[in-house]
Amino acid sequence: MDYTPGKADSPRQLVLGLAFGIVFGFLLQKGGVAKYEVLMGQFLLNDFTVIKVMLTAIVVGMLGIFSLRALGLVELHVKPARYAANIAGGLLFGVGLGVLGYCPGTGIVALGQGNYDAIAGILGLLAGSYIYAETSGYLGSTIEKIGNRGGIMLPDVLGVRLAVFLVLFVPLLVIGLFLIAQLAP
Amino acid sequence: MIMGAWSPYLVGTLIGLLSMATFYFSNKPLSVSTAYARLAGLLGNLLAKGHTGNLKFFQETKPKVEWGVMLVLGMLLGAFIAAVSGGEITGAWVPVLWEQRFGPDIALRLGIAFVGGAILAFGARLAGGCTSGHGISGALQLSVSSWIALVCFFAAAVATAHLLFHL
Repeated sequence: MDYTPGKADSPRQLVLGLAFGIVFGFLLQKGGVAKYEVLMGQFLLNDFTVIKVMLTAIVVGMLGIFSLRALGLVELHVKPARYAANIAGGLLFGVGLGVLGYCPGTGIVALGQGNYDAIAGILGLLAGSYIYAETSGYLGSTIEKIGNRGGIMLPDVLGVRLAVFLVLFVPLLVIGLFLIAQLAP
Repeated sequence: MIMGAWSPYLVGTLIGLLSMATFYFSNKPLSVSTAYARLAGLLGNLLAKGHTGNLKFFQETKPKVEWGVMLVLGMLLGAFIAAVSGGEITGAWVPVLWEQRFGPDIALRLGIAFVGGAILAFGARLAGGCTSGHGISGALQLSVSSWIALVCFFAAAVATAHLLFHL
């Protein structure tokens, strides 16, 4: 998503992007989640490192972002719900994930740690992005129009207040994390 | 089992804190896949500028080097620093697990990786994000589209991995 259309990012933003990227890449490598064996191990359901990293990041980030927002320090960037495209694209993405064994982020990290097969994956990502752009006019007037609900959030769907939802959902995620830690240490 | 150098809970916690920092300092969520699309657009501009500029997607998502592209360049550097510092530079064309299942043929691995990458990117654009943009940033904002996408990512990846390795 482009949050500042047309406007070029300031030098400060570009430097921040680079700095945040260095930290993100460093962390993903240290977490081991850019290793083909760890990623495929997650999908073969014999290594739960990826879910542990993601779920922990989601819980910490969720508490952090909604706290900062309550203080008026950040604004949300919720992606629009387009049910048909979210599902079809999500399933395609999963197939690609199983075939490549890296995701877009861990692919670049895999290259950084010397997994050169990621180069072919990255070239594929560039090609696939362009193929999508070729078809974007058609997709935009067909599948991406189905189930278009805008930037809705889980509490909206359930009809509960955000605070109430968080009080229930965060402990649920933490319990899930504890169960995974117990069952797949 | 092959472990990461650091605990997954520590890494997850630090990624959560990093998310807070990108929202606060850059007013942006962590997201990766759009950067590949912008780079693809820049390459398209080199080869067929008029055609690329006419595509709907590139009119909405300008091919340019911006925050997200810098993020991805930084990730390459950060991963390299982490791997060197931990003595984990692999220098391999074929992953060990792949070789056990499909053999050491480099061309086969690269060909399949290219196809996988293409499906991955098309899926990410259609779904509106990837493991970072939907899976972490969107999920932590309670975005409905992101939780739907995340469930689909995992379901299809689990099915694909089992087809490839257990059939």
